[in-house]
Amino acid sequence: MKFLVCISNVPDTTTKITFTPDNKEFNKAGVQFVINPWDEYALTRAIELKEAQGSGTVTVINVGEADTEPNIRKALAIGADDAIRVNAKPTDAFFVAEQIASVAKEGAYDVILMGKESIDYNGFQVHGMVGELLGIPTVAPAMKLDMSGNTATLEREIEGGKEIVEVNTPFVASCQQPMCEPRIPNMRGIMTARTKPLKVVGPVGSGARTEVAEYALPPKKQGVKLIPAESAGELIKLLRNEAKVI
Amino acid sequence: MSVLVVVECDNGEVKKSSLEVASYGSQVAQLLGTTATAIAVGVATEANLAQLGEQGISNVLYDAEPRLKDFVNGAYTKLIAAAAEKEQAQVIVLANSNIGAAVGSRLSIRLKASLATNVVELPKVDGGKFTVRRGAYSGKALADVVLTGDRKIIAVKKNSIEALHNAGQTATVEQFSAQLSDADFADAPKQVVMQEQAGGVLLPEADKVVSGGRGMKGPEHWSLIEDLAKALHAATACSKPVSDADWRPHHEHVGQTGITVSPNLYIACGISGAIQHLAGVNSSKVIVVINKDPEAPFFKAADYGIVGDVFDVLPKLTQAVKELG
Repeated sequence: MKFLVCISNVPDTTTKITFTPDNKEFNKAGVQFVINPWDEYALTRAIELKEAQGSGTVTVINVGEADTEPNIRKALAIGADDAIRVNAKPTDAFFVAEQIASVAKEGAYDVILMGKESIDYNGFQVHGMVGELLGIPTVAPAMKLDMSGNTATLEREIEGGKEIVEVNTPFVASCQQPMCEPRIPNMRGIMTARTKPLKVVGPVGSGARTEVAEYALPPKKQGVKLIPAESAGELIKLLRNEAKVI
Repeated sequence: MSVLVVVECDNGEVKKSSLEVASYGSQVAQLLGTTATAIAVGVATEANLAQLGEQGISNVLYDAEPRLKDFVNGAYTKLIAAAAEKEQAQVIVLANSNIGAAVGSRLSIRLKASLATNVVELPKVDGGKFTVRRGAYSGKALADVVLTGDRKIIAVKKNSIEALHNAGQTATVEQFSAQLSDADFADAPKQVVMQEQAGGVLLPEADKVVSGGRGMKGPEHWSLIEDLAKALHAATACSKPVSDADWRPHHEHVGQTGITVSPNLYIACGISGAIQHLAGVNSSKVIVVINKDPEAPFFKAADYGIVGDVFDVLPKLTQAVKELG
């Protein structure tokens, strides 16, 4: 079975977010980039399923410029077999979805996995766009994924519960916990990753449908009002009379 | 040319987030000088749909096909696309929910539309330029995004828009059929399992949340959280270490890799306030932090704080809420 896992290159979760002086772009200076944490579930689960099946391949795809390659190598070190980088700036979800759909079609992948969303853009869009571009089902967000032959059984999170969904390959799923325990690379993986194939291709498609005009930071809090623990009940009065939220 | 809003219903009732979506859509319609129509999904009653007039909706389309009771991605997408064609909708507004995101992303391809999710404010329309403000960087930033396509799909973040209540206004309700076939239900769920919600309030829809962290010292102490939540009619939530340790189910985990909430009131009990947790809650209107460590970083992001032992403070708060009546 052929798995395609989509990974994003995102600022580490502890990053303090700042922008360039014109507020048009994220300020990358001094920021460490990681594999999008949601995508790690997709990657690890694909590797686990491949191992359970005893055959098949896991290909990683990233839409990004050359500075994303350290994290593509990391994905190879975790256990992916090969990688494709679409050499372009990931301008919006639609642009990225067109790249993934094109690669997926050409490679005839059976299972296309990605994280629920990226922690930078927070779009939660690419999965459905890829599914629709390819005319195949999407299950999002998936908390569990098991395969039996060409049939997958997934648990899809809904507000307040879950749905059990069965789909046949090919399909797209966007992944979140508790799907698996994301793996970290071991020394052997890091050594072999250096020689695994990483193909660079050019972008396709009709371009982005959205443009970021400006970024802003959320308004700052006024500062905390402390209430002594002995008179904790006072807090409730403040919440009613001052903040007016209860 | 009109605005189409997607209204999610559950047990006959319109979800709170969909009342916000309807209000958003009718205000966009006003900006564009047109009217707003709704398409309802899930189990609805005609009386409740007619009440969407209070949110400024003039007409509601409803397909009574029984298989639309549960979410089915293929069927919902086709239904909403058909409604959008019927209405010649220029703007489609839905909730930034698991249903809204799944349908909205497919629709954007089918209708060749620009899509913005996680939207927190009404759009700015300046000539032909249509700009929306959305949350980005896991709540740590906002982005103004221009939707360059002729058609636009907007998924509105929960609790970010005040629902309108124009008392007495009613909408007409119109039966609508998208001629769905068996193939459209191919990805129907085999089974739907709803979780028991502590206190009966659904976390993603809640306007008040009481959340516990490692400072609660173990799942056996969660009744303290639940008692306060019950008294406040709030939902319960937890931090990542708590769900990782299986003290609480995953679906209660709030934070960067859990769910993002934006209630009017978020009470954090024994949570230190790691940056990943703050990302999931920092768009809450009022944040209360209870922690015995005065240096806990969460106090910097809070509106009100109590430096004290949660085991001592929580029962006092619950008591005070009950006395308030």
